[in-house]
Amino acid sequence: MSIAQNMLNAMVKNKIEFVTTVPCKQLSGIIELLEKDERILHVPSNKEDEGMGLCAGAYMGGKRPCIIMQNTAIGVTINTLVTLIQYYRMPLPILISYRGEVGEKVQCQVEMAVHTKALLEQLKIPTYHFHEPKDVKEFGGILNHTFMAKKPVAILTDANFWSSIS
Amino acid sequence: MIRSDILKAIIPVITDKLVVSNIGLPSQELHMLDDQPTNFYMLGTMGLASSIGLGLALSQKETIIAIDGDGSVLTNLGTLPTIANNVANNFILLIIDNGSYGSTGDQPTYAGGNTSLAKVAEACGCDNVFECQAAETKEILETAIQSKKMTIIVSKCLSGNIPVPTIDIDPAVIRYRFMEEIKARN
Repeated sequence: MSIAQNMLNAMVKNKIEFVTTVPCKQLSGIIELLEKDERILHVPSNKEDEGMGLCAGAYMGGKRPCIIMQNTAIGVTINTLVTLIQYYRMPLPILISYRGEVGEKVQCQVEMAVHTKALLEQLKIPTYHFHEPKDVKEFGGILNHTFMAKKPVAILTDANFWSSIS
Repeated sequence: MIRSDILKAIIPVITDKLVVSNIGLPSQELHMLDDQPTNFYMLGTMGLASSIGLGLALSQKETIIAIDGDGSVLTNLGTLPTIANNVANNFILLIIDNGSYGSTGDQPTYAGGNTSLAKVAEACGCDNVFECQAAETKEILETAIQSKKMTIIVSKCLSGNIPVPTIDIDPAVIRYRFMEEIKARN
């Protein structure tokens, strides 16, 4: 089974029913699966702060949301994370493609990669880094933990993680 | 009429409805005029009232009314294509368009200049877009609620503010009591 399918299965198993995405090449597999899967409502957003607004609404409407985005979007979403998700104590799993790490072909991606973990730490967002394919096993537990904690939680997924077949 | 006059006029229509209200004075005015657990006040995060409203409408059955402003919609223009392409017939976006950033000192917005938000919404693919004058808002909103169709109302009014107290309810409490109301109604 592909990593993307494994990730999607963990979402379904942990009752994620509303997912918004802004695409990244590294995430194309999971986005394609999401679009086809009738168990999860997929609402693509145009910008990641907009997506977090959609997720906040979905959560208050009784659905477990998730946002899927690239690490470059951390810059876009800092205000929303702090003044909406954290301020109102809402849970939000943030599945992030961690671009700019070893294996990256686009030089500019490295510029945001060097700030990614520092920004998440500054925001006191619990952060998990998936590097090996076996790390996929942690995803379900992290999703559950996010809704227990009622916090935004970041799951960084790098090229090595996505390129592997489990 | 200014924004607070529109809010006063529509309170009989929205008092028992689930409402997401925009950051700043719109939330403070609504809070002063008719505080209800059915109101979700945005205390920060300019621009996201329509996105929160759409997320709510897509996730449960009750009608959701997002009360937004022209400045905030301009901040998050990407919301209009998302609304147009994910039609929620229990969603009403009421844009109170006073052509200014009211909460920050009435600086003019482009919606008060050459830009028509109603035309932008239509170009984004939204159906049921109505531009009206402030005095017509209540009637159009009532019709929109009865129609059970996703509707965008752009209500044109004058710029201006009234003195209002700040909202002294903890954000987690605002969120909690709003969610309890939603649970009870779904």
